[in-house]
Amino acid sequence: MSNVIESIRVLLGGTPKRVAKKDMPEEVRELHAHKFADKERIEKIRIELAEKHANPPLEKLRLKRWAVLIAVNLLFVVSYHLDIQLLEGALTASRFAGFHMADLNSALQVMLAFKHVVINLVIGTTTVFILWWLLGGRTFCSWVCPYHLVAEWAEMLHLKLVDKGWAKDIQFDRRSRAWLWLVFVILAVVTGYTVYETISPTGILSRALIYGPGVALIWVALLLLFEIFFSRRAWCRYACPIGLTYGIVGATSPFTVRYQLPNCFHEGECRKVCLVPHVLDTVLKGKAKAMEVDIGADCTRCLRCVDACPTGALTIKYKGLTS
Amino acid sequence: MSKKPQNRLTPKQKERRKFLRSIAMTIGVSGIALLGMVPVLGNWVKRLRPPGALKEDKFLAACIKCGQCVQVCPVEAIKLADLTDGLGVGVPHIDPRDQACDFSCDGLQCVLACPTGALIHEISFPSEVDMGVAKTVNLKQCLAVNGQGFKGLARGADFKGKLRYAEIDRWNPIKLADHPYDLELCDLCVRQCPIEISIAECAAEDEKRQSGKVDLVAVRQKNECPPKHAIELRNIDGRMTPVILDGCVGCGVCEMVCPVEPAVIVMDSSDSRANSKGMRIL
Repeated sequence: MSNVIESIRVLLGGTPKRVAKKDMPEEVRELHAHKFADKERIEKIRIELAEKHANPPLEKLRLKRWAVLIAVNLLFVVSYHLDIQLLEGALTASRFAGFHMADLNSALQVMLAFKHVVINLVIGTTTVFILWWLLGGRTFCSWVCPYHLVAEWAEMLHLKLVDKGWAKDIQFDRRSRAWLWLVFVILAVVTGYTVYETISPTGILSRALIYGPGVALIWVALLLLFEIFFSRRAWCRYACPIGLTYGIVGATSPFTVRYQLPNCFHEGECRKVCLVPHVLDTVLKGKAKAMEVDIGADCTRCLRCVDACPTGALTIKYKGLTS
Repeated sequence: MSKKPQNRLTPKQKERRKFLRSIAMTIGVSGIALLGMVPVLGNWVKRLRPPGALKEDKFLAACIKCGQCVQVCPVEAIKLADLTDGLGVGVPHIDPRDQACDFSCDGLQCVLACPTGALIHEISFPSEVDMGVAKTVNLKQCLAVNGQGFKGLARGADFKGKLRYAEIDRWNPIKLADHPYDLELCDLCVRQCPIEISIAECAAEDEKRQSGKVDLVAVRQKNECPPKHAIELRNIDGRMTPVILDGCVGCGVCEMVCPVEPAVIVMDSSDSRANSKGMRIL
């Protein structure tokens, strides 16, 4: 339970709490102290990594994830244009084979603004809540959200430009996402309009894909330009209330990435690729407080860290299915 | 002694700057979203909303912007608005001159598709719809008023709009451009009015029933047959003039079929939906 509370605190923008050496279990302290004795192994990893950096391999999990993301969004498009009625609607609300689904953040905005909830929306919201709890919460972000995909491409460009010194990464306080979430909740209640939906790049992109492009895409383009030149993955990291909503859902999800201290040699490869590196605070030298640590709620389960780790210290876990 | 350069910030100053920058970003993003209020509060756009739409402000609040209503409409009358509508981005509307709602789905499919009740589920029949009211604006140009007939395609060969002609195909609407007319006196607005057509069908059915030609009689539900007429050509000072009646639901078919440019009849969505049927229930 204390893990869940800490995970939500970090999700809301808190700095990860670190445990003092003396409060760690004996075996963890031992491991922290003696890990670097195996000089031979560490040298081998170093060489392996240098090779990997010289010839970057395909990120297989990332490509699979992109395939899933594109497939889900394409299913909406195909379903409408071929009129097969398999997945009707858009990401904000839809029907899968006739069964209602509603995006949790959009549904929240509508409920607060409209102040009246019809049964279809209750069904849709509950279904989606259970679905994303089972699947990991922010899994929605990296596996379904179309903005996440274009932002990933923008990020690739951003990193190249940063290398050349043409772009920089201005950082913001992660608490700003929680403030924005609260602002949009209050605005929905007070104004009686779903104010957030006006600028939601997720909704705008989803509708543009299904119903055709529009002026609203300019807003999405501006966000991407800002991310490319000024701040890495700014929208997903510091602003998007949808991410926070799904993060809370995933706080207790059985699907997580698990960190295994004995396998970790602290190269920091995982933190370099991570959208939310604060969830990987535990991989820093001497910070892990247990032999196994489940990565927190803000993790989008994009699994890039699993691909990036040279020593298999990060693995996919489904509690109850895999031990 | 090394002197610190003036522009080097202490960690505390850096944190402070980051915090202020984040506040500015939060206010900026909220502000941009709130700009969406401008077109709405300024009444910049007046849209004809799909059947069952709540009063405008409630409608904008309740709509989840998913477009399921768009997907089920057999004549593709419903479109989603762009960012120029501010808060109304992604909200459905109908441009009746391009494609009116002709009720060819019969069961108000858009209402059934709506997941949030922005299109209120309490209505079941076209006559219960209250999208707006037709208004005659350009009567001097009206062919009927001028005693003229109409021959040819109502909106030309390139017009993409569809309409259901029950006598041709009960289930599939066809293009207006595939259906030429030859009329002594132009009465397209009355002839194609879905409410008027429905009233005529009910009357024909009643007649059959009375003469005992049908054995099995389905029980009619309330408002299945429109209780009031919607439009008629009335002789006013010797000129046949289209007159909008109480039964008009604002579907816009008369505006779509009117062969005069600009149309003699247009939909007014503002006054009627002020007492939208939906709002009386809520």
